[in-house]
Amino acid sequence: MQILIYGTVNSMIYALIAVGFTLVYGVSRIPNFAHGAIYVLVGFLCWSFINEWHMNYALAILLALGMAAILGMLIYRFILIRLRGMPTSEIIASFAVSLILLEGLRLQGIAGFKGFIGPFYTLPPFFDGKVNFLGVFIDYQRLIILVAGALIIGLIYLLTRYTKSGLSLRAIAQDEQAAMMLGVNSDRAAMISLSVGSALAGLAAVLILPLGNLAVEQGYKVLVHALAVCIIGGLGSWAGTLWASFLIGFSVILSTSLFGAVWESVVLVGTIILILLFKPSGLFGKQKELEERV
Amino acid sequence: MPKEEKRKKRIDRSITVRSRGLYALTSWREMTFLAAPRVLLVIALLLLPLTVDLYWQRVLCAAGIYALLALGFDFLAEYVGLVCLGGALFIGIGGYISGSLNAYLHWQPWASIPVATLGGAIISTLILLPCLRLRGIYFAIISFMFPLFCVSIIIATGILGSTEGISGLDTFSSVRMEQYVIFGAVLITLFFLRRLVSEDFGLILRGIKDNDQAVRASGINITAYKIKAVFIASLLGCFAGAYLGHLYGWLGLSLFAMDFSILPIAATVMGGMGTLAGPVIGAFLLTPLSEALRGFGQLRVVLYCVVLLGFILYKPEGLLNYLDRKYHQFERWENV
Repeated sequence: MQILIYGTVNSMIYALIAVGFTLVYGVSRIPNFAHGAIYVLVGFLCWSFINEWHMNYALAILLALGMAAILGMLIYRFILIRLRGMPTSEIIASFAVSLILLEGLRLQGIAGFKGFIGPFYTLPPFFDGKVNFLGVFIDYQRLIILVAGALIIGLIYLLTRYTKSGLSLRAIAQDEQAAMMLGVNSDRAAMISLSVGSALAGLAAVLILPLGNLAVEQGYKVLVHALAVCIIGGLGSWAGTLWASFLIGFSVILSTSLFGAVWESVVLVGTIILILLFKPSGLFGKQKELEERV
Repeated sequence: MPKEEKRKKRIDRSITVRSRGLYALTSWREMTFLAAPRVLLVIALLLLPLTVDLYWQRVLCAAGIYALLALGFDFLAEYVGLVCLGGALFIGIGGYISGSLNAYLHWQPWASIPVATLGGAIISTLILLPCLRLRGIYFAIISFMFPLFCVSIIIATGILGSTEGISGLDTFSSVRMEQYVIFGAVLITLFFLRRLVSEDFGLILRGIKDNDQAVRASGINITAYKIKAVFIASLLGCFAGAYLGHLYGWLGLSLFAMDFSILPIAATVMGGMGTLAGPVIGAFLLTPLSEALRGFGQLRVVLYCVVLLGFILYKPEGLLNYLDRKYHQFERWENV
């Protein structure tokens, strides 16, 4: 029972982390390697707003998310827009942005900036306390993650199917040229997707970080997790992302309870290699993606 | 009166045409024109260590390591189409093999380095084998994960010194030897790879990069060629790793660090992708630069990422392609 509940929570965490990455890749075919950096950045922004400027928690979160969205837009407008259609350059450029953000957070002594080093940074949970659910103690934060994760995924599903801008995003994802002929602005769609994707990374950070410490190194870990989920699920596939995060979530929880926490990333990469060996397009990759890969 | 517009016109120098088009070189001038850049590079690399003090000589050794990695990255990315973000994997595997041979079996460096180079290359190729079916960003993503994966395996199993690493390895007998081993390796690799990519082998590799289905349709096994290419690139990386362990007499989990993955890429982009000599020049420019900034801590990672971004956005051709153009062509403005 414990494994079932914590496995579900864990899977939802993976899904939250990966959903922004999938959105960006699905719409604009840009592998946004700055995903993990934005996640960490939002965490630190939130922390500074609360502890340095003594803001209201909710206000701090909203402000940090807004800044993440703007940052995503700027990254697209000034950097990635020049590199569309060159996957190598896209990867290298977004990876460079990610390193600049992450290592920049560790800079010390410039303009009185102290640098975020060490395990002293935590965000407070939304509500303190635990609840006994079928004999398993589970704290409110994890429950919030479950509910919010389900809500976000549902909301994105509805948005991309029943609103005009959502439909235009899907149109670009399916056939860019045809969508452009019908008057969808591909650059604007990509910009929107990058800013929404960044905001989603930030949202994941705000939801997940109260469970543990906040450190710069998490940026790389989050990026790897997002990539793992997307690779297993088949890049750009929604259902795949969801299934893959459950697969990884449960296998990690199982291996942790059987062998210990150090094996987490071994399980992660092991799963990826197995999946790739037997089904190179990922669990739910479409035929088009298969062509691109093999 | 309409505004006058001008455009730049590029014309080959006459000596370029003469020395490139004809197979028989007819004068010393043409021969010098062809040989000068190559000879200059070799002489510069060989003389460089003699002109600086001991501290900077060690920095040059590190630059040589990055140059080897950058060569491997450039070869894989531009000639085979496999963007490998995990150069640290090769460094780590090579370093750990030669380090453990030296520390546990007491092999001398002249034996452990070649064994580690060859064995490490075989192991890395086997590791990357399942991913060779993938292309583009899929391969990049997976190769990015492998170094992290190795780190967590070493921590999880506690083998090979776990988080503390292995110290007390044999070092080279003299600093001259250190330098000329790595510089020799860089030069040999550079000219070997340049020759290789202009042979039939290189032609097939470039074919795989541009259109692998067409290559497959001509009855060529593309996976076999990709394996050979990855093997060559991992030879370079594993040699660099094995050398690194013996250079500092110490190895640890930092062999899998992000530095070894990102600096060679920055060097390649800066020097000019696809030129092979460019990455070497880039590495020898970037490493001393980042060393000079060591006092600023993390600023140097930020700095070379900024250099990387600047080059990829504003000068995507890189330094060497630019110089090459200036060397072979002259430009003038003309009215449209």
